[in-house]
Amino acid sequence: MKLVFERSRAGRGTQYLPKCDVPERLPKAPRREKTMHLPELPETEVDRHYTELAKQTHGVNDGFYPLGSCTMKYNPQINEEMAALPGFTRIHPLQDAQTTKGCLELEETLEKYLCEITGMDAVSLQPAAGAHGEFTGLLLIKAYHREKGDLKRTKIIVPDSAHGTNPASAAMAGFDVVSIASDDKGCVDLEALKAAVGEDTAGLMLTNPNTVGLFDPNILEITKIVHEAGGLCYYDGANLNAVMGIARPGDMGFDVVHVNLHKTFSTPHGGGGPGSGPSGCKAFLAKYLPGKDSPESIGNVRSFGGNFLVAVKALAYILSIGREGVPAAAENAVLNANYMKEKLKDIFPLAYDRTCMHEFVICLEELKHQTGVSALDVAKAMLDHGIHPPTMYFPLIVHEALMVEPTETETKETLDEAIRIFRDIYDEAIQHPETMHEKPIHTPVRRPDEVLAARNPVIRYDFEA
Amino acid sequence: MGSYVPNTPAEQQEMLKECGYSGFDDLYLDIPESVRLKEPLAIPEAKAELTVRRIMEDMADKNVIYRHIFRGAGAYNHYIPAIVDTIANKEEFRTAYTPYQAEISQGVLQTIFEYQTDICELTGMEASNASVYDGAVAAAEACEMCRDRKRSTILVSETVDPKILSVVKTYSFGRDVKVLTVPEKDGVTDLEALKELLTADVSCLLLQHPNYFGNLEPVEEAVEAVHAAGAKVIESCNPVSLALLKTPGEYGVDIAVGEGQPLGMPLSFGGPYLGFMAAGQKMMRKLPGRIVGQTVDSEGNRTYVLTLQAREQHIRREKASSNICSNEALCALRAAAYLAAMGPEGFKEAAVQCTSKAHYLQAKLAEAGVVPAYPEKEFFHEFVTVCKDEKKVLEALAAEGILGGLPLGDERILWCATEMNTKEEMDRVAAICKEVTGA
Repeated sequence: MKLVFERSRAGRGTQYLPKCDVPERLPKAPRREKTMHLPELPETEVDRHYTELAKQTHGVNDGFYPLGSCTMKYNPQINEEMAALPGFTRIHPLQDAQTTKGCLELEETLEKYLCEITGMDAVSLQPAAGAHGEFTGLLLIKAYHREKGDLKRTKIIVPDSAHGTNPASAAMAGFDVVSIASDDKGCVDLEALKAAVGEDTAGLMLTNPNTVGLFDPNILEITKIVHEAGGLCYYDGANLNAVMGIARPGDMGFDVVHVNLHKTFSTPHGGGGPGSGPSGCKAFLAKYLPGKDSPESIGNVRSFGGNFLVAVKALAYILSIGREGVPAAAENAVLNANYMKEKLKDIFPLAYDRTCMHEFVICLEELKHQTGVSALDVAKAMLDHGIHPPTMYFPLIVHEALMVEPTETETKETLDEAIRIFRDIYDEAIQHPETMHEKPIHTPVRRPDEVLAARNPVIRYDFEA
Repeated sequence: MGSYVPNTPAEQQEMLKECGYSGFDDLYLDIPESVRLKEPLAIPEAKAELTVRRIMEDMADKNVIYRHIFRGAGAYNHYIPAIVDTIANKEEFRTAYTPYQAEISQGVLQTIFEYQTDICELTGMEASNASVYDGAVAAAEACEMCRDRKRSTILVSETVDPKILSVVKTYSFGRDVKVLTVPEKDGVTDLEALKELLTADVSCLLLQHPNYFGNLEPVEEAVEAVHAAGAKVIESCNPVSLALLKTPGEYGVDIAVGEGQPLGMPLSFGGPYLGFMAAGQKMMRKLPGRIVGQTVDSEGNRTYVLTLQAREQHIRREKASSNICSNEALCALRAAAYLAAMGPEGFKEAAVQCTSKAHYLQAKLAEAGVVPAYPEKEFFHEFVTVCKDEKKVLEALAAEGILGGLPLGDERILWCATEMNTKEEMDRVAAICKEVTGA
């Protein structure tokens, strides 16, 4: 594939602007001297360039996408159309409130529904992604302890199975991270938690269902232990899709949450973003929320109100599926995951063999030991079958892990077909292990040399070369 | 009704049975009975697509769409060629996840590599990341890049957008880092005051050029003073202005950041927008977030991958340079598509029109009794005026379907003109102002 710069020819281009209708007048200030290399292409070439690139990109509609912990569900088209309404896209964020009543009503409505779904009392839509929501939520916890003058609470407890964003967010919020080991069932080890809490505990961050796809049955005990020690409980909503409409973090004892609109509420991932990670909290923390008119607010975490168009899509989704559709989506997500798990577990050993939530984790340590075929090899083999592989090597507590999340929007036939492919790949791994390290074969490029990329970083096109 | 669950109830029962379950309740036995919801959620029942459309359109209709916009202050009204939407709406780009699997993600990886190149070209810097949430977060993340054991205090000029300052302060509350503001003098950073504030614990100065009031800053002098004191300079810049003005790279700043919204993002009530960040080679490994690099595949073909991941949260956890995971990739794609469509000449033309029209507007307003607050200062496409009837002026404009500048208090208004504003439109604005002020 040529780069857009390699398609460029001097003097080509399309003129989109009319001639300037006022005299040219430039500021008297130092000018740029260096040439600004931008592509020079007619529109036809621009269009073809991106069409070609799109063909080398695997989207949700290109095939099954069981990427664990990412909730790659279908992104409904109506949501996109609603987010493109001029009554939303053409509104300046600094217009007077009386001229943005529709935007404000939309935000209030979504905040209200998110409160109801999570069992919280207040929500801010300002955080632009899940990790941004984590950082925000942790600052609420920090502000709470600070206001009480409880300055010794400097530690956030994070299970060793947590997403990397959890400890990273805690560090950004100025906390020390205390990692606690999971028990042999993949859940929080109550004894370890009891030993970890104390007068320095600011809070606990927990994903529930957790990152091995299990709902922690001791959840009430866990939040109680933290509360009794004077800490607060943070709910990472990454896995809310499994339990929305079934149970609420607010009822489990959590004080602060974030939700990922781009996972649970069907907004597209955009090749990495934009997402939206609203922060929710119980009433006693509401005054600290960002983007709200409160003197105790932690301040803003981004310039304007939030990724508004993402909120439009999420609201369209909630309105569409409604109060009956929310738990129905969760139930089918959990059913699809258990169905795949049951049909695979005889040959793909489970990290934890019990009823899972919306995802499950396979452990290929034994296969690797026997045949030399790794989780990476198995994942790469799937690429030749048009399947986006499961999440690899996560959570860190499972060796040679593959984490499978089918989501609720896949049909039984798609699951059956994927199960067949998983099993075929396993057979090949046993019979011809040597071929597995070469896969994929039929993709636009083969395995990349990642070491070379990191050792000799080339991160922009060189016009002089 | 809008359900996106494809399996029929009969199929679900069959699947449950095959797994040895008698019903959905069996799947949720790990959830303590006391936290199971007993009542349906208090949200409305499912609605048909047509009904959803009506509700959403009703909400959109409650907003006022201004055809003529003279307000910027961090969100700018620019022309977006139709092809930008066409490209950004391609489902493969829109629905893909972060490109972890390079073999089936070359398209999205290459768009990011091209975007990184564009940002380096605009800013004159050497290394760009794949985007952060918005321009204010880019500034806050850049401040963190400059911190070390000896130096942690952040200086922010008072001429920086207050929204950016607010975000820098929030991030600093997290790290427990001190933020001091450098006073403003005549609409730009007070260099003498800056020099006094440059103590040994200062890690960086955050400067905005053109600044919040639209004025051009004495960047060269500021860079010299800050570097002489052993600290770093972060320049927050408007990407459109970079088609004309001396670049952050040419000024020798350490990190260039900014709000990428002017590069093809609609106003959208504030988001999604695009935070861009670019640094010199030396600070490349401190950049937060995704970075795409070029390499080869096992057959020697040029290939793109996510790289330098040792900086990132999924590897380094609490020692990562940032917690960022999701970014604004589709907005970065919009920016790259916008720049590819406009080309160097078209993009420069947009910049020339912005500044020419802003100067025309400033002169016209002055004639109408709405006078420049900083008549001696050079500016790009925003400027501040003083006028005692400032509220009435804005009301009169609004009554004519015109969104005037942003009121800053003290009789001041911050105006912005772009290539979207015609001479006729600006003459009308001046005429309306004249009627109000009686000038």
